[in-house]
Amino acid sequence: MNKEFICILCPNGCDIRVELKEGLIGNLDGALCKLGQEYVRQELFSPQRNIATSVKVEGGTLPLVSVRLTEAIPKERIFDVMDEIKKVKVTAPVATGQIIIPNVLGLGRDVIATKKVDRILNSPQS
Amino acid sequence: MNHHYDIIIIGSGVVGSAVAREMSKYKMKIAVLEKELDVCSETSGRNSGVLHAGFNNKPGSLMAKYCVEGCLGFDQIAKELDIPFKRTGKIVVGFTEEDKEKLIRLIEQGEKNGVPGLELIGKEKIKELAPYVDGEFAMYSPATGILNPFIYTIALAENAHENGVDFYFDQEVIAIHNLGSNSSQIAEQTGIRYEVKTIKDTFTARWIINCAGLNSDKIARMLGIKDYTIYPCRGEYFILDQKAGEYLKIPAYPVPNPKVGGLGIHITPTIDGNILVGPSNEFIDEKDNYSSTQEIQDLLIRDGSRIFPYLKREFFIRNFAGIRPKLVSKSIGGFADFVIEEREETPQAIILVGIESPGLTSAIPIARRVIEMIGQKEDLKPKESFNPYRKGILSFKEQTLEKKKELITQNSFYGEIICRCETITKAEILEAIHNPLGVDTVVGIKNRVRAMMGRCQGGYCETRITELLMEEKKKTEKEILYARRNGNMFTGKVRE
Amino acid sequence: MVIQKDVIIVGGGPAGLAAAVRLKELGIEDSLILEREKNPGGILRQCIHDGFGLTRFKEALSGPEYATRFIEKAEELNISYLTDTTVLNISSDKQIIAVSKEGLQEYQAKAIILTTGCRERTRGAISIPGTRPAGIYTAGVAQAYVNLKNMMVGKKVVILGSGDIGLIMARRMTLEGAQVLAVFEILPYASGLPRNIQQCLNDYNIPLYLSHTITDIQGKDRLESITVNKVDENMKPIPGTEIHYECDTLILSVGLIPENELSLLAGVELDHRTKGPIVDENYQTNIDGIFAAGNALHVHDLVDFVSIEAENLAEAAAAYIKNAYLPQCPIRVETDELVGYTVPQKISGNKEIFLSLRVKKPLKNCSIQIVQNGSVIRSKKMRKALPAEMIQIKISKEDFNSSNNIKVVVKDE
Repeated sequence: MNKEFICILCPNGCDIRVELKEGLIGNLDGALCKLGQEYVRQELFSPQRNIATSVKVEGGTLPLVSVRLTEAIPKERIFDVMDEIKKVKVTAPVATGQIIIPNVLGLGRDVIATKKVDRILNSPQS
Repeated sequence: MNHHYDIIIIGSGVVGSAVAREMSKYKMKIAVLEKELDVCSETSGRNSGVLHAGFNNKPGSLMAKYCVEGCLGFDQIAKELDIPFKRTGKIVVGFTEEDKEKLIRLIEQGEKNGVPGLELIGKEKIKELAPYVDGEFAMYSPATGILNPFIYTIALAENAHENGVDFYFDQEVIAIHNLGSNSSQIAEQTGIRYEVKTIKDTFTARWIINCAGLNSDKIARMLGIKDYTIYPCRGEYFILDQKAGEYLKIPAYPVPNPKVGGLGIHITPTIDGNILVGPSNEFIDEKDNYSSTQEIQDLLIRDGSRIFPYLKREFFIRNFAGIRPKLVSKSIGGFADFVIEEREETPQAIILVGIESPGLTSAIPIARRVIEMIGQKEDLKPKESFNPYRKGILSFKEQTLEKKKELITQNSFYGEIICRCETITKAEILEAIHNPLGVDTVVGIKNRVRAMMGRCQGGYCETRITELLMEEKKKTEKEILYARRNGNMFTGKVRE
Repeated sequence: MVIQKDVIIVGGGPAGLAAAVRLKELGIEDSLILEREKNPGGILRQCIHDGFGLTRFKEALSGPEYATRFIEKAEELNISYLTDTTVLNISSDKQIIAVSKEGLQEYQAKAIILTTGCRERTRGAISIPGTRPAGIYTAGVAQAYVNLKNMMVGKKVVILGSGDIGLIMARRMTLEGAQVLAVFEILPYASGLPRNIQQCLNDYNIPLYLSHTITDIQGKDRLESITVNKVDENMKPIPGTEIHYECDTLILSVGLIPENELSLLAGVELDHRTKGPIVDENYQTNIDGIFAAGNALHVHDLVDFVSIEAENLAEAAAAYIKNAYLPQCPIRVETDELVGYTVPQKISGNKEIFLSLRVKKPLKNCSIQIVQNGSVIRSKKMRKALPAEMIQIKISKEDFNSSNNIKVVVKDE
C-alpha cells in the first residue's frame, strides 16, 4: 500500500510518497531531507503537534500573552491541553520564555510565553 | 417618562433632520423618532451625494421648484452647518444626434425651472472640464455641486439637537392613534392629537410629520391613509479609490432615459476625492434589501466604462446600494412628484411621500414648506436663542503644516494617526465617538470622520476604533455594534 | 527644526529591524526607525503560531519570538526608534514629515528605507455580491482581534481564500472553540503553503474546496449565511451549483498588497505585478537613495526571507550613505508568461544576485532558466513550483555573458 504525506517540519512542505509493507515503512520518495522519514514515522505511529494560543494577563499592557509548548505533544491531546491553557491567568509582567504551565498534563512539555508583557503603570491590580 | 411633544418627526433621514432643524427655530417641543441607530441610515446616505441644479424635473412640479431653491440656497446652509461642499458643475454627455436633441430639450426644461448657466458644449470643452470622460457633446450645468450626504444630515440633526430637538434612535414606530377622532375631549383640553407607539416607548404629540422615506406609506397607513404605496427601487454603486479621483473632478452623466426612474449610471467625484459609479435602477420587493448582485456589478462596469473608460477594477474599494422610495411602479416608470400634504381626516399630520431624488437637494425647501403648513394652522413663535451655526469635526489632514503643529501642541491626540488611509487622528475619532447625538455604532464613527472608508477598509484602524469605543463608552465586546441593532461585532472575549 | 539623519527606516517590522541592525553593524551610526505602532515587531506581534525562523535561525519560533530576536539586537546596538509615530509624507528629495503625540517633526535623510509591509485585499476590492452585515473580517483583522485584543469575532466560520493567514486563522478559531465549516478557493489550487493546508486544515478535518467562490452574502445586521458556487475554468460561477452555509462569520484571505502610499508620494515607480517598487539588485528604487524591502517590496511567503532581503539592502544602503551615490542598474530582468514577477527587476551584471520570483500556476518537474544573449546562464530544477512559494535563484557575477537584458523562463523537464 502507498501513502502520501505533506511534511510540515519545514517550509519546503515536501510531498512524500511512502510504500507500506505490513505496517512498516518501505521505499520513501519525495523528501528533500532526512527529516521527512522521521515525520512519516511520527505520522504513522504517533503524530505530534505544537500549539500556539494565548493566556489571559492581568495588569498588563496587553490583555493576552501568546504562548506555545516547549515541544510538540501527541496530536490527540491538543484539545485537552487547550482546556488547561484556558483555565490559567498570569499577572504582568510576563517575560518571553517564562513558564506559564510546567509539564502540562504530565506530558513533559511546558507552556511558555512567547512575548513579554509589561505591567501597566496605573493598573488596579498594582 | 412623559414623552409629550408639540411635534414628532418620524424618520431622521435628510428630510426629517432638515424639518427638525428648520422647526427648531420656533418655540416648539420637538422629537425625532428613528428606527435605526443613527441618522441617514437609508436612502439619504446611500446616493451619489450630488446637489442637483434642477433641470431634470418637470416644470411646475414641486421637485423642480424645491430642487432649484435648494441648490441655489445651499452655500448659506453649508456655511451655517460647517460642511464640505463644492459647486463642481456637472456634464451630461451625449454621443448621437438624438442625444443632442434631448440635451437641447433638457436645457429648455432647466431654463423654465430657473436653473442658471446651462449650455451645450462641444468635445473640446468636455476635455477641458473632464479630460478622461468620453462624449461628443454635453450639457454643462455650472450650478450643480457635490456634498457628503452623511455629514450634511448629521450636521442638520446636530444643529437641531443643539437647538433643543430630542432624537430617539432604535425607536421603530409600530402604531399611531389619532386621539382626536374618538376622544376629542382630550385633544381639546391638552392639544394632544396623536399617540405614537414605538417598539420601546409611547409618545404623544400635537403634530406628526411623516418623514419615513421608504416606510412613509406604512406610517401613512398607521394614520389611516391607505392610498400610498412606496415601490422600493434599488441602485447599486461602486466606490473607487482616491487614486482614481485624480481622473474626475466633475460629475459626468449620460443622457437620461425618461422611461427609467433614475438618471442613468453616472460617474461622480465625491467631496472626499473618491469616485462613485452608479446607480442601477432595479425594482425590488423588500424595502431594506441592500444586497448587491453580480449582474448589476457587471452592468455598472459596462455602462460606466462607456463615459469613463478609465474605470479599472484595481480602483474598486467597496460597493453599496441605496433604495429609492418611489411612488411609481416599474410599469408606470419615470418620476412622480413629491407629496407633502395634510389631509382633512388626519389634521395636524403632515405626510411626505415619494421624496426620492432630488430629495437631498430639496430637503431645506421641503422643510420650509412643512413649517409654512404648520404656520397656517397656528402662530409660530421664533426662538431668540436659535443658533444657526454648528461646528463640524476639524479635519487634521486638511490643515497646513503650521496649523497641524499647533493642533498637536494644543491636543496631543492630533499626533496619533488612527486611520492611516484617510489620515484621521485620535482627536477626531474621539470627537466622533462623543458626537452630540450619542450615536455609538462603528459605522456611525465611520460616517462622521471617514475612518475605515479608505482603501484598506479598516484593516489598520478598525481594531483600534472598536477598542477606543469600548474604553470611551464603557462597553463590553458584546455591546459593540457595527451598524444595526443586532449587528454585534463580537461574541465575547477570547479569555475571560 | 529639521532633524538631519543618515538614514531613516519607515516601518519597524521584521524588514525594518533587520535593515537597521545590519546598517549599524556596517558602521552607519546615525539611523532612525519610525514605527506607527506602540511596539516594534510589525505584523509578527499577532502571528503567534510557530514555524518562523527555520531558515534564518535554524529553529522553529513563534512570530513574537522571531521579532524579539531583532528587537533585542536593535536595543543592544542602541538603534534609535520612535514608536507611535506615523509618517505623513516623504518627498523625492528625502524629506520626511512624521507626527506623534510629541508633535510634528520634519526630517532630512540621506537615505530612506521603505519597510512599510503590506495590507490585505478586502471584500470591496473583490466585490463579493450580497449584503454588508457585521461579521465579515479580513484574516489579519480577525487575527489581531483574537490574538492581540482578546475579542472573539464569531463562532461559526467560513473562510474565503486559501492564503496562509486564512489557513492559520482556521486552526486558531478551531482551537478557541469556533466551528470552521470550510475554506473556499476560487483558483484550482491553494494559495497557501502545503504544510499549512496539512497542519491547519487537514489536522482539524476542515474541508478545502478548490474552484469555489462565494456568490452571495445574507444577513442584514449580523452575517447569517453565505452561498457558494463552483466556478468554471474562467472563474465564473456555474449556475445550479449553489450550496448554502449558515454561519455568523466570514474570514477573507484573498491576497496581500504591498503598502506603498508613501512610496508614491516620494515619486517611487511601482511594478504593476508586485504592486511594490521597481528596484535594482541594491534594492534601490528609481529615486536615488530610496530603498525598499520586505512585504512593501513584494509579498513574501516566509519572514526569514524578509530579514535576509533587508540585510542585503542594508549592505547597499550603507555603500550609498558612505559614497552619497550608488549607480542605477541598467540591465532589465524580463520574464516569460509562466513567471509572475521577479525582484529585483533591474541588475548591473557585475555582482552576485539572488533573484526572487514566483510562478503563476503550479508546475511539476520543471526548470527555471535564466537566459542571456540566447544562452542559459543559470538553471534551477524544480520538482514542484507553486505560486504560494517564493523561489530564489542565485546568479554569480561570472554567469553573466554580456550587458544585455536577462530573461527568466520556465521549461518542462
